[in-house]
Amino acid sequence: MKRIYVNEDRCIGCHLCEWECAFANSGLDKMFKLKGRFGSEFVPRIQVEGGEKSDINFAVNCRHCTGAVCVQSCIAGALSKTDEGMVVIDREKCVGCFTCVLVCPFGAIMPAADGKAAQKCMLCTDNSVGEPNCVKYCPNDAIVYEER
Amino acid sequence: MDIFIPSEYEVVRNPDLCIGCRVCERQCSNEVHKFDKDLNKMIADSRKCVNCHRCVCLCPTGAIKIVKNPDTYRLNSNWPQQTMNEVYRQANSGGVLLSSMGNPNDYPVYFNKILVNASQVTNPPIDPLREPMETVVYLGKKDVELKRDINGKLVDNLPPQLKLSVPIMFSAMSYGSISYNAHEALARAAEELGIYYNTGEGGLHRDFYKYSKNTIVQVASGRFGVHADYLAAAAAIEIKMGQGAKPGIGGHLPGMKISDEVSKTRMIPKGIDAISPAPHHDIYSIEDLRQLIYTLKEATAYSKPVIVKVAAVHNVAAIASGIARSGADIIAIDGFRGGTGAAPTRIRDNVGIPIELALAQVDERLRQEGIRDSVSVVVAGSIHSSADVVKAIALGADACYIGTAALLALGCHLCRSCHTGKCNWGIATQRADLVKRLNPDIGYKRLVNMITAWGHEIQEMMGGMGINSIEALRGNRLMLRGVGLNETELKILGIHHAGESM
Repeated sequence: MKRIYVNEDRCIGCHLCEWECAFANSGLDKMFKLKGRFGSEFVPRIQVEGGEKSDINFAVNCRHCTGAVCVQSCIAGALSKTDEGMVVIDREKCVGCFTCVLVCPFGAIMPAADGKAAQKCMLCTDNSVGEPNCVKYCPNDAIVYEER
Repeated sequence: MDIFIPSEYEVVRNPDLCIGCRVCERQCSNEVHKFDKDLNKMIADSRKCVNCHRCVCLCPTGAIKIVKNPDTYRLNSNWPQQTMNEVYRQANSGGVLLSSMGNPNDYPVYFNKILVNASQVTNPPIDPLREPMETVVYLGKKDVELKRDINGKLVDNLPPQLKLSVPIMFSAMSYGSISYNAHEALARAAEELGIYYNTGEGGLHRDFYKYSKNTIVQVASGRFGVHADYLAAAAAIEIKMGQGAKPGIGGHLPGMKISDEVSKTRMIPKGIDAISPAPHHDIYSIEDLRQLIYTLKEATAYSKPVIVKVAAVHNVAAIASGIARSGADIIAIDGFRGGTGAAPTRIRDNVGIPIELALAQVDERLRQEGIRDSVSVVVAGSIHSSADVVKAIALGADACYIGTAALLALGCHLCRSCHTGKCNWGIATQRADLVKRLNPDIGYKRLVNMITAWGHEIQEMMGGMGINSIEALRGNRLMLRGVGLNETELKILGIHHAGESM
């Protein structure tokens, strides 16, 4: 299955992916409408690790693990694996216990902005963009979407 | 910072579009942008801005623009603002002014005053999309006598040649002045394109020996990074006598750009300015130059051409004649607009002559003396486009070196701050966090794209003239006409004025 991979030698720590992610999943038509709503109303599903002045940066989002512990730990059956291997979340089934948030070894699942359900990277299959927006707009091609 | 000098550019932010993502802040190595917690918005310190446009290009909402600061001193044609600021800077620092990239001043660009011919009716143009069009060029000595062996077969006694798929090469830019990633992009592009890149005087990083088939190594007055393996690896060896941006002086690499790797590659101490001597201390005559040329040839078993690079100066034609007779295979001439990673401002802006005039004179002189075939001529110093390449070849060049245009393809926005070592585009810097910003995978493709596009355009222009081989264009000055040039300029260029027929 095609997954999102990040090359830390290329990641420049600009954090644009976080904003592109929030925008892609916001349903807004113009990015500048995120003004004042990022992090509160719209929470990105990708996060850049590494300090502000660090030489090493690394964008992290769902790895779609083979034996995904989030899926195993979900008490409501909201998290599951598709046949291709993508870990998906069903918002309607999620009860907001956030066990998945606790067990994810990458910190790639987080509470959604409303705090009532968890959210995670769905490879932009659940929004109108259709292809991972973080990959599309990474200025240094540090984030790639490929089969490995 | 000098309080006498107001900011040259002003950062203008559209508050309606700014979303406070802080990308500009993270991307500015000059620390212009800052998120102000008290005001809860982005602010900018325009005095630090060098106008490199990194923030403008990366702003996801297009909220930023950089404008020329309208603030002005009392207007004075005799004392322009720039001139006054330079005095203030020197009064503040007591130092020689340092600048980067080519001479930005308003001198004539002769290429822009030369027009190219095209075929109409009596001599049909050629369509390069449908008919073969030769852009391959061989650089090197060609004046050998035809010799046959006892069986009457031709003896291959042609000296070593460089084969170029298009008459363009990447000019000398040292590792140190530009980054590891920039060098990797140039090397990989040269390999894919079938052309050459040039190490400059900074030695060859051990990782890049694998591109040696497409590498020209330089031997400059500082002899940085020169050793037997380095010479053995190269496709050709260039002796740098001078550089267009700073004729008469040696290279200058600021200490802050001499990182561990640069220090190892150059074989010089870390963190201390590397200043190459103005002359080669073993070259004070053409005979001395000949000795170095033959030393290098001897060291490499006469297997590779030797290039001698000089800056275009007033008596360049006589110098070129001397070089041609000294045993060099190729002469590279760098015009006064040539780029640099660091040069004293006064030298960059006031020394040397335009490459167009130098080239015309060198070609003319070598022809008059009957030694044009004993040497190839490569020109450099602000070749802006494929049209400049075509004009240069028609003026007599065999090929062109491009430096600035190659850097532009990699993202350079000509902010001319290379000497500060804080290049936001990851080109002219050695800071690990900045070097990363130039992804060589992207960079090399952009270089390949640019040269491929130029190659197509060269073919189009040649086809228009009814010429199907670059050999037939070389020195074909009848294909050129000047516009707005005076008698002397036309005479030096050896071309007619537009409107004059053959």
